[in-house]
Amino acid sequence: MINNPKHEVYKKIDSIQFGLLSPKMIEKMATVRIITPELYDEEGYPVDGGLMDTHMGVIDPGLKCKTCGGSLKECLGHFGYITLAKPVIHIKFVNVIYDLLRSTCRECGRPLISEKKIKMYIKQIEEVTKEKGVEAAKEKIKEITNKIKDIKVCPHCGAKQEKITLEKPTTFVEGDRKLSPIEVRARLEKIRDEDLPLFGINPETARPEWMVLTLLPIPPVTMRPSITLESGERSEDDLTHKLGDIVRINQRLQENIIAGAPEIIIEDLWELLQYHVTTFIDNNVAQLPPARHRTGQPLKTLTERIKSKHGRIRHNLAGKRTNFSARSVISPDPTIELNEVGVPFVMATKLTVPERVTEENIEYLKRYIKNGSKKYPGANYVIRPDGKKRRITDELKEEILEELEPGYIVERHLLDGDIVLFNRQPSLHKMSMMAHYAKILPYKTLRLNPAVCHPYNADFDGDEMNLHVPQTEEARAEAEILMNVNTQIISPRYGLSVMGCIQDSISGNYLLTKYLKLPRKEAVQLLYEAGVDDISKLPNKKEVTGKEIFSVLLPDDFTYIGTAKDGSRVFIENGKLKEGTIDKSAIGVESGLMLRSLHKRYGKERTFKIIGYISKLGIVVLLHYGMTNLLSDSDLPEEAKKEIKDILKKAEERVNELIKTFKEGKLKPLPGRTAEDTLESYIMEALNKARNEAGEVIEKNSKEETSTLLMIRSGARAKMLNLVQMSAMVGQQALRGKRINYGYFGRTLSHFKKNDLSPESHGFISSSFKQGLKPTEFFFAAITGRDSLMDTALRTPKSGYLYRRLANALQDVRVEYDNTVRDSNNRIIQFEYGEDGIDVSKSEGGVLNVKRIIEEHLTKV
Amino acid sequence: MTAEQIIKEYSKELPEKIINDLLENLPKKISDKKVKEIVEEVVKEYKEMQITPAESVGIITAESIGEPGTQMTLNTFHFAGVSEMNVTTGLPRIIEIFDGRKDIATPMMNIYLKKPYSEGKDIEKVALRLKETLLEEIAQEFYINIADMSVEIQLNKEQLDKIGLTNQDVINSINKGIKGIKVKEKDNTLTVTKKQETDNLNEIYSLKEKLKKVFVTGVKHIKYVLPVKREGEYIILTSGTNLKDVMELDFVDSTRTTSNDIFEVEKVLGIEAAREAIIQEVYKVMQEQGLNVNIRHIMLVADAMCAMGKVQGITRYGIIREKASVLARASFETPMKQIMQASLMGEVDKLNSVVENVMVNQPVPVGTGLPGLAVKVIKGRIGGYEGEKDEKKSKAEKTAKKEIKKEEKKTTKTKTKKAKSSKSKNKE
Repeated sequence: MINNPKHEVYKKIDSIQFGLLSPKMIEKMATVRIITPELYDEEGYPVDGGLMDTHMGVIDPGLKCKTCGGSLKECLGHFGYITLAKPVIHIKFVNVIYDLLRSTCRECGRPLISEKKIKMYIKQIEEVTKEKGVEAAKEKIKEITNKIKDIKVCPHCGAKQEKITLEKPTTFVEGDRKLSPIEVRARLEKIRDEDLPLFGINPETARPEWMVLTLLPIPPVTMRPSITLESGERSEDDLTHKLGDIVRINQRLQENIIAGAPEIIIEDLWELLQYHVTTFIDNNVAQLPPARHRTGQPLKTLTERIKSKHGRIRHNLAGKRTNFSARSVISPDPTIELNEVGVPFVMATKLTVPERVTEENIEYLKRYIKNGSKKYPGANYVIRPDGKKRRITDELKEEILEELEPGYIVERHLLDGDIVLFNRQPSLHKMSMMAHYAKILPYKTLRLNPAVCHPYNADFDGDEMNLHVPQTEEARAEAEILMNVNTQIISPRYGLSVMGCIQDSISGNYLLTKYLKLPRKEAVQLLYEAGVDDISKLPNKKEVTGKEIFSVLLPDDFTYIGTAKDGSRVFIENGKLKEGTIDKSAIGVESGLMLRSLHKRYGKERTFKIIGYISKLGIVVLLHYGMTNLLSDSDLPEEAKKEIKDILKKAEERVNELIKTFKEGKLKPLPGRTAEDTLESYIMEALNKARNEAGEVIEKNSKEETSTLLMIRSGARAKMLNLVQMSAMVGQQALRGKRINYGYFGRTLSHFKKNDLSPESHGFISSSFKQGLKPTEFFFAAITGRDSLMDTALRTPKSGYLYRRLANALQDVRVEYDNTVRDSNNRIIQFEYGEDGIDVSKSEGGVLNVKRIIEEHLTKV
Repeated sequence: MTAEQIIKEYSKELPEKIINDLLENLPKKISDKKVKEIVEEVVKEYKEMQITPAESVGIITAESIGEPGTQMTLNTFHFAGVSEMNVTTGLPRIIEIFDGRKDIATPMMNIYLKKPYSEGKDIEKVALRLKETLLEEIAQEFYINIADMSVEIQLNKEQLDKIGLTNQDVINSINKGIKGIKVKEKDNTLTVTKKQETDNLNEIYSLKEKLKKVFVTGVKHIKYVLPVKREGEYIILTSGTNLKDVMELDFVDSTRTTSNDIFEVEKVLGIEAAREAIIQEVYKVMQEQGLNVNIRHIMLVADAMCAMGKVQGITRYGIIREKASVLARASFETPMKQIMQASLMGEVDKLNSVVENVMVNQPVPVGTGLPGLAVKVIKGRIGGYEGEKDEKKSKAEKTAKKEIKKEEKKTTKTKTKKAKSSKSKNKE
């Protein structure tokens, strides 16, 4: 709206009425009657009365529409029509016509039940519609129509009824005589308006005889533009092809009728016309061969244009395209704020923000115009109050500067601090599209703070993201207030923080709060690099602990009691970390309870800032003190190796023993299971125990906290299991919850004997990744690997469809002002949202934390 | 006044759960003043947590369930390692529930027992009493005697004793199961003949097949039973459900017994129970998969599915069909069908939900698009800021305004535009 003052008053569509087109209406809305199948004359201009007639709009840039005088961009196109020589049946209404023919009298056109019953049924339908809605009415109508069908004698005129059958797709047969569309139409005409509600037809918008076409509307040329190939040849649209067929056959039929050709010929042509009209409407009718191109591929006609994902409705109407958007590879930049996005220069000169010229800002905007469109920060276009858009070029610059006055709009380049929307597909939740402040940076990638990766589910292995620049004040205001990153910290799914520290930030803070003791100087340096400039909270001693450094970031009156990942207590009192280490469960995503508690006490802006500082501090710590994953991290001392060997041996013995007892038939089955099942579960148990024991051995031997262990313990990345797999053994490969049992007859791989039940022949990998896998072990690892790949590949479309259905069903459900939850029919779904009206994104993990409030009040004194 | 009484005073303002939380967590020794302070703080926070009107909770719910869908496993999980007792979980189960499928892949029940059975008394017997037993399970063999045109059934005495049946019981149930036959007994062999004699072998053969499936004892449809001890109590898990018959048994604790077949729950216990069943079942799957989804989202879906008084799936035959808007239905599935039907009925799309408005480029009526602005427009005044004006004055103003406008038109184009726009804005 802001771009074009002309459009400040706009119309609102209140409702859309659906109905059938009557022949009269078709004629009225048409601008031309099509009489010839020819498209162009010798010079290549559209023929009058042909399918490309310029009365129906134009597709050539040079021509003008003969109806409205508009050119290519101005004229939307107009309908034409053809008079069909003989009527044909509309394929989409065949079943309705069939029902009508069977339920009405062939003589008088009344429904085959008494007057009283008609009235009663119509009343019933009205009532159902009122009470239960249109859908219930449709069901009722179907039920009633089924009752009326195939009654033998008309109660109104006493005429005997004959059985009418439908020969698919479009032929009606009465008894054994074919009913021509003319006869069908005549019968439909006889049905009275007042009887129509009985069949669910609204006589005001649809008369049954309109379902038999006598006139065919021709869609505007603009709807079926032809493409000019490189060779200069014209290639017509599928619809034009089909319409050509219709007009041609129609003409032939007409000529033959006039010439008085034999019945059979007319009949044949008529049927051909019916075929063409049918395929024009729908080229996928079950009983008809689809109309094809010369190349053999089926034509895309009306129904195919509307239907499915790439059809008009889902692709063009429900899906919109935007200008002022950009897309590029993303890369991390921890030095920018969480709600900033680094925009490359190139993008910033192409993406513009419209700004209206006023007395106050005219000089400021003139600066941009002076810079022009190539020099940043500049401007690309100027829009005059009458809506004319002018590009700022070196030649026009002076002239534009001269005429610029309040009321003009300048489209200036994107500047630091402009609000933009940032998005990564798949956009599965609302945090997939958030508002950031632009920060113009060199190079060509979009930059984002790694702390906001999680809501976008982004990483930097080549991911690309999109950027949109809102163009109106309303859009900018909504983006800033509703979509800003800091408003999205708490997930509406589970009520915890979706933003927080990841990876290095967690390891860094863990390292800092657990081990480090630094000279004050270094501590100040760290904090400064993390962006903190107020260091008054740092105690004035020669040497400060990491805990004290971390505490500088916390608000002075913040008190928090929590547990760390290893179960130890984390205690923060009055903004000082007194006890415990900071790890994933305090500052991580989806679990950061400290973050949640900060958010509750100090609000989004403060929390948001603190997250930024904490995450930066972690990274800075690692920058200074270093962290490397060493190959030797997975080394084990000799005695540990021996221990693991023993464990393996013991497990093997146990399994062999089990197998022995089983083979002797002495294995006592568990209740409700067979002996085989019991054996399997015992073996699995024994082998899993072995791996767990190996894990314990590793843990026992890790006196020194290596980088790998640090990562694991802080929760930054990897689990203990991954380390065990690297240094001790990979363990049992499970396929669908069982040991691997597929492959050859009686065995898994040809390396083993038949009916071998031993661990190694059923997917137990006793080697570690570091040692390297044996060939058979490698196969087993590949089996489970492939299985999980397949699982993901099959799951994605399934869950996508589920999501689509949910979104479609619930899109209009909202909370009303009386706190009820209603849908668009105004039907009440819930009297109070979630039974207590609590908004999950305002709650703490979905609940009101009574315990916290009590504790706070008790400690207050 | 005790703390309890003080809290009870707020029972109108706070939901039951929070009140219970308060009662549970308040320390025993506490002054009345403190209690009041705390409760008031709770009320304040509760009010702050309330959902904002116009919030599009539907979309949030869809996102909250749809987004973790990508993280769920596809595998059905075998329960207790027995192939007869596996249960569908993960994504397939969620899809099954939301589809509103009438026959689910793995129907099962959790049957709680009354004391003393819940303590393990006769647990095996109780379990067998529940299991559906067919004739083929207690018979050793079925023969067809061509000479007599009869079917001979040799019973398995051991099996019969285990279940606690006599031969007469079996004969009775055969007579009950199939009409028009005669059963004779001779040391553990039952001879079944048709009352009307026949020499058609096919008939006898089909009789034999029918006999195999004759229901002898137990509860119908309960295919498999497994007693387990859970939280110090014996319960019976079954494969196959029959809620109605099981609940009628005297040793079953019918208040806690559940079935995972939502339609059966609806039929037996009503729509509210079905809603609860949907919530429980979906929540259980989410928990099993380690996904953190708030129960409010699941409640909303369950409520939407049950809003019409019967369980409807989230499909084009279920709740999506109920949508008032033609375009909303068309944008989901089968657009042609929807449009054709709408044109016959002369349906009017009032454009009061989301997609339709997206289609016609208008603001959607959820969130910030929902509230409207009501402005009192006083005729003849541009601003309408002061109360009523007498008609004469307003008329005079009108004409004056017209004149001003005319003049303006003459002077500059832009200024007229401004005046016009400000006028239209006020009207809006």
